[in-house]
Formats: sequence, C-alpha cells, structure tokens
Amino acid sequence: MTDWPILSTVTFLPLVGVLLLLLTREDSAFGRRNILNVSLLTTVFTFVVSLFIWIGFDNSNPGFQMVEKHAWLGTGISYHLGVDGISMLFVILTTFLMPFCVLASWHSVQKRLKEYMIAFLLLEVVMVGVFVALDIVLFYVFFEATLIPMFVIIGVWGGKDRVYASYKFFLYTLAGSVLMMLAIMAMYWQAGTTDITELLKYNFPGGIQTWLWLACFAAFSVKMPMWPVHTWLPDAHVQAPTAGSVILAGVMLKLGGYGFIRISLAMFPLASDYFAPFVFTLSVLAIIYTSLVALMQDDIKKLIAYSSVAHMGYVTMGIFAANVQGVQGAIFQMLSHGIVSGALFLCVGVIYDRLHTREISAYGGLVNNMPKYAVAFMIFTMANVGLPGTSGFVGEFLTIIGVFQVNTWVALFAATGVILSACYALWLYRRVVFGALEKESLKGLLDLSGREKLILYPLIALTIFYGIYPAPIFDATAASVDLLVNNYAAALQAAQDLAQTVH
Amino acid sequence: MIYKAIVFLPLIGFLIAGLFGRSIGAKASEYVTSGLMIVAAVLSWIVFFNVAMAHGDGHEVIKVDVLRWIQSGGIDIEWAFRIDTLTAVMFVVVNTVSTLVHVYSIGYMHHDPHRPRFFAYLSLFTFAMLMLVTADNLAQMFFGWEGVGLASYLLIGFWYKKPSASAAAMKAFIVNRVGDFGFLLGIAGIFMLFGSINFETIFATAATYLPAEGAAESAEVIGNIFGMELTRAGALTVICLLLFMGAMGKSAQFLLHTWLPDAMEGPTPVSALIHAATMVTAGVFLVARMSPLFELSPDAMLFVTIIGAITAFFAATVGLVQNDIKRVIAYSTCSQLGYMFVALGLGAYGAAIFHLFTHAFFKALLFLGAGSVIHAVDGEQDMRYMGGLRKHIPWTFWMMTIGTLALTGVGIPGTTIGFAGFFSKDFIIESAYASHSAAAGFAFTLLVIAALFTSFYSWRLAFMTFFGKPRASADVMHHVHESPQVMLVPLILLAIGAIFAGFVFHDYFFGHHYVEFWKGALFTLPENQILEEFHHVPLWVKWSPFFAMALGFVTAWYMYIKSPSTPRRLAESQKVLYEFLLNKWYFDELYDFLFVRSAKALGRFLWKKGDIGVIDAYGPNGVAARVVDVTRSVVRLQSGYLYHYAFAMLIGIAALVTWMMLGSSM
Repeated sequence: MTDWPILSTVTFLPLVGVLLLLLTREDSAFGRRNILNVSLLTTVFTFVVSLFIWIGFDNSNPGFQMVEKHAWLGTGISYHLGVDGISMLFVILTTFLMPFCVLASWHSVQKRLKEYMIAFLLLEVVMVGVFVALDIVLFYVFFEATLIPMFVIIGVWGGKDRVYASYKFFLYTLAGSVLMMLAIMAMYWQAGTTDITELLKYNFPGGIQTWLWLACFAAFSVKMPMWPVHTWLPDAHVQAPTAGSVILAGVMLKLGGYGFIRISLAMFPLASDYFAPFVFTLSVLAIIYTSLVALMQDDIKKLIAYSSVAHMGYVTMGIFAANVQGVQGAIFQMLSHGIVSGALFLCVGVIYDRLHTREISAYGGLVNNMPKYAVAFMIFTMANVGLPGTSGFVGEFLTIIGVFQVNTWVALFAATGVILSACYALWLYRRVVFGALEKESLKGLLDLSGREKLILYPLIALTIFYGIYPAPIFDATAASVDLLVNNYAAALQAAQDLAQTVH
Repeated sequence: MIYKAIVFLPLIGFLIAGLFGRSIGAKASEYVTSGLMIVAAVLSWIVFFNVAMAHGDGHEVIKVDVLRWIQSGGIDIEWAFRIDTLTAVMFVVVNTVSTLVHVYSIGYMHHDPHRPRFFAYLSLFTFAMLMLVTADNLAQMFFGWEGVGLASYLLIGFWYKKPSASAAAMKAFIVNRVGDFGFLLGIAGIFMLFGSINFETIFATAATYLPAEGAAESAEVIGNIFGMELTRAGALTVICLLLFMGAMGKSAQFLLHTWLPDAMEGPTPVSALIHAATMVTAGVFLVARMSPLFELSPDAMLFVTIIGAITAFFAATVGLVQNDIKRVIAYSTCSQLGYMFVALGLGAYGAAIFHLFTHAFFKALLFLGAGSVIHAVDGEQDMRYMGGLRKHIPWTFWMMTIGTLALTGVGIPGTTIGFAGFFSKDFIIESAYASHSAAAGFAFTLLVIAALFTSFYSWRLAFMTFFGKPRASADVMHHVHESPQVMLVPLILLAIGAIFAGFVFHDYFFGHHYVEFWKGALFTLPENQILEEFHHVPLWVKWSPFFAMALGFVTAWYMYIKSPSTPRRLAESQKVLYEFLLNKWYFDELYDFLFVRSAKALGRFLWKKGDIGVIDAYGPNGVAARVVDVTRSVVRLQSGYLYHYAFAMLIGIAALVTWMMLGSSM
C-alpha cells in the first residue's frame, strides 16, 4: 500500500474517464446516457479512491505524506507529489464535489455534453493537481491550467453574456499569473530549487520576501477573490452553468486560500507579518462592502456570489492572523464554504432548471408547493449565515477568535458580517420561498425530484455533521497547522533577534 | 443519564415530528412531542428537587460530557452539560411551560393544516433552550442562543403566507443578530483574557483575576481593545458590556427591543413560550451565569441597571395605549424583563432569577389566556372589538384575572401573603432602594412608576376585554365559546403557579435559604450585602409598589368602567403624547431611516458606483476597450482566443524550462 502511488492515481484517474468519453458518440439518447454514466462512475470512483488518502493519512505527522518524487526533464524541476494536513482535505473536497456536478448537469446541459464532461474531468485533474503538487513549477502549471477548462465551461455552456464573463475572468487571472510566474523564477534564482519542501525550509531575505509576497498576492488575491479584484466572480457565477458555479465557488476559490497558506504565509513570514494589516483591511472591506452589495442584488446567483466574496474575507483574515485558531478556522471555513456555497448554487440550479430565470422577483411562495426544497434551502441559508450547529459557524467563530487576539478592530468590523449576512440571506429566502403562491408561472412547479434529493440530502447531512462534530477535520489539520504557525513565529522571532544584535 | 434524557427528549420529538410528521399524521405528531415533553418536565422537577432543594454538601457542580466539539490550539470546547441550581431552575421553567404550551396547542392549533411542523418547531425550540441553559461553555451557550433564535424565527414566520409574519420573523432574527455581534466579540475577548471559554476555567481564573486594591498591577495595561489601552478591570468591563449587548438583543432591552412586539405575529402559544416565559429571559440567564465576571465590574453593572430601568419604564408607557391584546402583554414582558435586569445590575441575582421564575408562570398564563380569548372571538386581537366576554368565557376570565393579580403584584406588604409577582417584583423594588449603586435612586423611581403603569395597562386589558358592553359584531358574539379542556387545564396549572410560586419559593431564591439553595451557582462578592440590606428598607418603601398598584387599578377602573368616554377625551387633548406612545416612541421609523434605508442605499451605491462605476470601468472594461477586437471573436470554442491563452502559457512554461536548463548547466 505504501509504495502504491495513490496521489497520482487520484489525480489522473479522471483521465481514464476522458478516454472512455472520447470513444462514445453523443448523437442518440443512448449515447447521451453512456456519457452521463461514464462521467458519474468516474467521478464517484475517483472520490472513493481519494477516501483512501484520508484513511491512510497519519494525523500526527505534520510533514508531507504519501510522497512521490521523480526527476523530470533533468532540470531540478521534479514530479513531486505529497499531502499534508493542510492540503489533504482539499483533495477530498474536490473529488467529493465532482459527482454532484455531474448529477447537476444531468438534464440541464443539452448541447455538446461529451465535451462538457471532458472539460469537467480535466478540471478535476488539474484542481487535484494543485493541492498535491510539491514542486512549485508543477503547482504553477496546475494552478494556471485550471483556468482553461473553466474558461471553456463558462464561454461555451454559459448564459447570455458568457463571453463578457469569461473574458473578465480570464483577464483578471492573467494579470495575477504573470506576476506569479516572475515570482517563481525569482524564487528559483534565489533558492536554487523549485521543490516546495526545500523552499519551506529556505529563509528568504527580508527585502526579497516583500517582492515575492506581492507577486504571489496578485495571483492568489484574484483567485480568492479579495476586494477590489472580485468583480469577475459575480459575472462568472451568473453566466456559468450550475455545475460550473459549484466548482467555481466550491474549489477554485480555495486555490487562492491554499496558495496563501502554502506559499505566502509559510515561505514569506516576514512579508506576511508586514502586510498583515493590509490584508486585514482588504478582508474587512470585503466583508462589509460585498455584504452590502449582496443585499441589493436582484439576481439570486449574483447575491450568493457576493456572499462568497464576503465569506472569503473571513478566510484571508484568519490566515494572516497567523495563529492556530485563525489558520485552522480559515481552512475549516474554506472546506465548509465549499460544501455550503456549492449547495446553495445547486439550490439555485433546482429552480433555474424549472423556470429558467434567476431574477429574485420572479419567485415567491415556493414553500407552498416545494416544501422539501424550502427545508433544504433553509438549512443552507442558515449555514451561510453561520448558525451554530452548521459547519458555517465553526470557521467564522474560529477566525474571529483568532483575529481578535491580533487586532480587535479587525474582529469588530468582521463581526458585523454576522449581522449583514443575516440581512441579505434571510431577505433572499423571504422573497423566494415565503409568501403566498400568487404567480401563475410558479403554480405548476414540482418539489425535488429523486435526483435532486440525491444531490442535496448528502450535503445537508455533511453541513450539519461538521457543525456538530468537526473533530475529524481539526484532527487532520492540527499537526500541520501547528508546525506552520510555530515556524512562522520562530521566523519572526529570529528576524527580531537579528535586528536587535545589529543595533 | 437523566440530564441527557431531559435535553434530548425534545430533540427526539422534533426529529420525529419534523421528519415523519407527514407520514404519521398530525395527531401522532402532537402526542409524540407532547408525551416526550411531559416526561422531560417530570424529570426536570425531579432534578430540581435533587439539585436545588436538597441539602447537599454545597458548591458541587455536576458535569456531563457528551461529545467533542471544537479543538483548535488553546481552544478546547466540548458538548457538555453543567448542572447546578441555576440550571435546575431553568429546567423547571422551560420544561413546565413548554409542556403546557405543547398541550394547549393541541387545542389552539386544532384547525391548522401544518400541525406537525408547528409541534416540531416547538420541540426544536425547547431543545435549543435546554442546550442554552445547560451549557458548559460560552460556545455551546451561543449554540443554544442562536438555536432559540432560529426556532423563534421559524415560529414567528409560521404563517408564511402573511407578509407581515415573514417580515416580523426576519426582523426578530436580524435584531437578535445585532446583539449576537456583541456576544460573539465578548466570547473572543474572554478567550483573549482567560485563555479558555469554559465556565469552569473562567470562573476559577476570575476569582483572582483582579489585582488587589493598590497593587502594582492594578494600573498595568494588559491589552488594547478597540483602541483603548486597558487595565485588567477595564478589559473586564468592556467584555461584560459586549456580553450584555447579546443579552439586550435576546431579552429585548431598550434600543434592541423593536423586534419583540412584532414577534406577536406568531401563533399565540409561541408568544407564551418563547416571547414571554423562556427565550427572552435568556439574557437574564446569561448575566446571572456570568455573575463571577459582572460582579467584578461595577461600571458594567451600572450600565445594566440603567438600561433595565429605562426598559421597564419605556415599555410600560407604550403598553398604556396599545389596542392589540397581545401587544399589550408583549410590552408588559419587555417591561418586566427590565425589572430583572435592574435586579441583576444591583447584584441581586437571586431576585432577578426569582422574578424570571414567577414571571414565567403568570406571563405564560396571560398569553395563553389571551390566546383563549382570541380563540373565542374568532381570531380578533383588537381589544376595541371585544368587551363583555366575562359571562361567556368564565374560566378564561378567572384565569386571566389571576394572571393579572400576579403581574400587578397584589399582596399585603410586610406579610407573606400575596400572589407570585408580589414577592419577586417587590424584592426588586426594595433592592433598588437599598442598593448603594449610583443608579439606585433612578432605578427605584422608574420601577415604582412602571409598577403604576403595569397595574393600569393590566386592568385596562382586563376591563376592555371582559367588562362593559360587547363591541364585537353580533355574529362573532353568537359564536363566542369557552375553550376546550385541553386548553383550560394548562391555564389552571399555570394559575396555580401564579398564585403559589412566590409564597412557596421566596425564601429559597432570595431569602433565608439563599446559600443552601443556590450552592454558589450565583456569585456575589463579600461586599455585596444586598440580600441582607433589602430587608431593612423603611416601611414606606415596602408600601410604595402597593400604592402604585392600587392607584393604577383605580385609574383603570375609572377610565374604562366608570367613565368610558375619558380615554378618548384624554387622547384628543394630549394628542402629541398619545401619538408618541401609540407609535412606540417612533423607534421603528427611526431605525428604518437610520439603518434599513441607509444600508440599502449604501449597498446600491457601492454596487453601481463602486463595482461597476469604478472597479470595472478602470479595470477589465478599460482594458477591454483596447482589445475589443479580440473579444468579438471569442464566440465559439474554436476561437483563437483560447488558443492564445494556452499558447501563451505553453510558451511561458517552455521559457521557464529552457531558462532553468540553461541555469542548471551553467
């Protein structure tokens, strides 16, 4: 079991599905069925295999596990994979969400189904790749490659303004990635290696850290997205098909947060400390500003997209609080948001499939004929609001506790998100679900179908389970986060000592 | 085991009625949830006698572990129960009232098609409230805190077709969230100061937390909270005030009270359970539970007293002129909660919890009685269309009268003869006189005036509803009927509580048996002697609430029985004042202007001018203008644009690899 390359297996398993899909033909109902089945089986199987990563994971080991390393091109760049407590659960999250994406596209995608599924499977490969890569060039390749399938998904299967949205998405990300490329070159030039494990041990000099940090910040803050580079997200979400939104909110936003933890915080502690107030400012702005903007949206998806930006504000704030509660809270918040926001977009998908509009004003009184849907939507709304007992609470709570110890003002402003999120989320729920059923167009709507129940019920179970018993996640992340935070503190201490001896 | 049973039986009821309510039917849902509640209530009384009334060796707290929850660095939170006298008292209050409300609802909600959902929500509420009162740490308390908020939201909005109900539900949740904002920050602050949010650690550390008078550390700055350099005492005050903000939200205290009257949109049994007897007293419970911290912060205590006194007075003034039967009682609740906070602020925690205890009985009685009246007159809630119902619904009339006597505090000063409210309310008023707090005189004056108003609006309600000529339509009057047994029995049981709870328990809660009863569950500093001092107030102080009550009764009798035209004339001659009170001091209008409209306007501004007008205009769209030709061609998958990107990335990687190859070979 130990020498079996499980990470490579999980990463590239979807390619098998892609190969099978290439053999199928889409021109008949039977062919369409085949495509769906192959895609579903591939993603489910990948998820099941990925669970073995968690099973085999040693919680007490803070370092990288299940490492695979092969020289590549004889350049010092190596094919180096491994997971630690920080990355492992993101792999599981990714493989977990994929089957839901396939299920969500069951009826809603009508044209070019084969290409659509191939795009999703390729997307899965590169997303998992980002989380398991232990070579920074490999990381960069995967990180950038996520853009292509998503760009295609929005650009081809998106809504009316898909071109504008995909273009905006592209432009923002491009700006960031060019700078990160430069940073990687500079890191190699400085440290003489592209291996992440080596880079983590390497102490970059203070001045260079600043520039490297800024370059990486450009890339990660766009992905996150942080205020003010967030405006691509609402457009991308609105135009993307439901499954695209799920992956976008569920996994792709986490790439930025993961990058912040893995690279910015771990490799550039001095710069992170220096820039922490800057990040706090942007985080707090994100929470308050985007929550207020979310309040006034009249498109359901846009509202949820803006609320995602606000929730990511907690994540960046927690990460740069750089204490155990902050970082663990941020990781938890990302995982929880992956499930909850994914589920919210699936909820929107349910009614969009029926009525083909996302206008809030087109709905109202759905509870009358869709009670099961109302319950599911209520639970995810409450999780989005951060109600204790749902997974949404734990991350918010810990990041606020973490940041309070560092800067009470930041905690104060961030906590206003508790009020504002209740405002926009409950108002949305009230306008869509509550009220009398008066609109003719809504009277014929049916409650959740069997497929929709299959999608939403497991997510409900997880949302509540991790709200009540989040211990598995904390156990898995504790050792690695402790190590990270200790190294961070030690690096700051060392720099301080040095400064004192110099003077 | 018994403790787990008490807390989890309602949860089981919720799950059964919630998940299977449709398949097992409404009757079965009612019986299952109510049956489980009855068991829980019986067990609660057993616990009450074992824990509170037993002459144990004192100071022992039972801890029951349930499950791990959040462990992260220094934070170690478990799901666990902390059982002491305070918890036992709350057990009795919550489960007794909840059980009676469950049973009552079987009759009251008889015609509603969504009964399984209603009973599921009631049980969910009870479970959350029990989690709150048994909490072993602040996070679990926050869980219960928000859980009751959720249940309240769901129950206020139970009749979701009514837009006003949905709006009221949302308002309740959001205003509560404003309080929770403070509560959450208070928890974070406690973690910063004490390194833990478990009660055991907090209380143990708090005892020696403040440096001795004049010690070197007393001026030492220990941290910066919100820009203030704070000493230990200062930090403690800030944290107590943050926690109290949570209490203000949940207990509808002045400034955060606006949600409570609107919450009357929910079914009446809900108002009795949540918005009178239990949930709204959570804030009182919080402050009592955190007495080891509050006791150390005189400034925070002063603030609690002032807010409590203002609330007691303010809500009573508004209650004077309301016409909706439920709103009158709602404002009365708000006002009585103010009394409890005054007691807390003065350090008379026992008196506060005692008033919470007695108030639960007579206020639930009044609400359920009001429900019975509404049931009788076909859903009418406006008292201007009632009147003369005494003969038609005698049981309800007598039960309501008992509730009114208890609320107004009828009893003979200087003796132990009186209704429940007589003991608890007079304890608070006398404590206010005896206290050395800077706000004592202020609180005493406002509370006595509030007692006068309480008596007036209570009797006004009774007279307008039950006496005089019927003002309802003949059709309605024709159908007026007494409620069924299933509704009357809970009323009778609550009435027994409203009569005897004060007489039986006053020595335990705030009297000779104080120490054996509380066993340290309420913390008081040695210099806090209010328990002793309130006995020695002058005679006129003891008689003052009695005269206030009598005066209120006589005035109400004059205005609504003797000379029914007086109220109208008075309202016309004092139009400004009348309108001011009728519109609840214009708080809703003020908040709408200050917060609701401005938040919406700001949101729209940031969206249109910020995101679209600035960020997009100078960001992507600005660039777009320059590469517009390229974007036009991006329509299909095969467009060159995608390939451009892939190509550029490939070239980039190729360049990197080449460069590294060269670099490594050199």
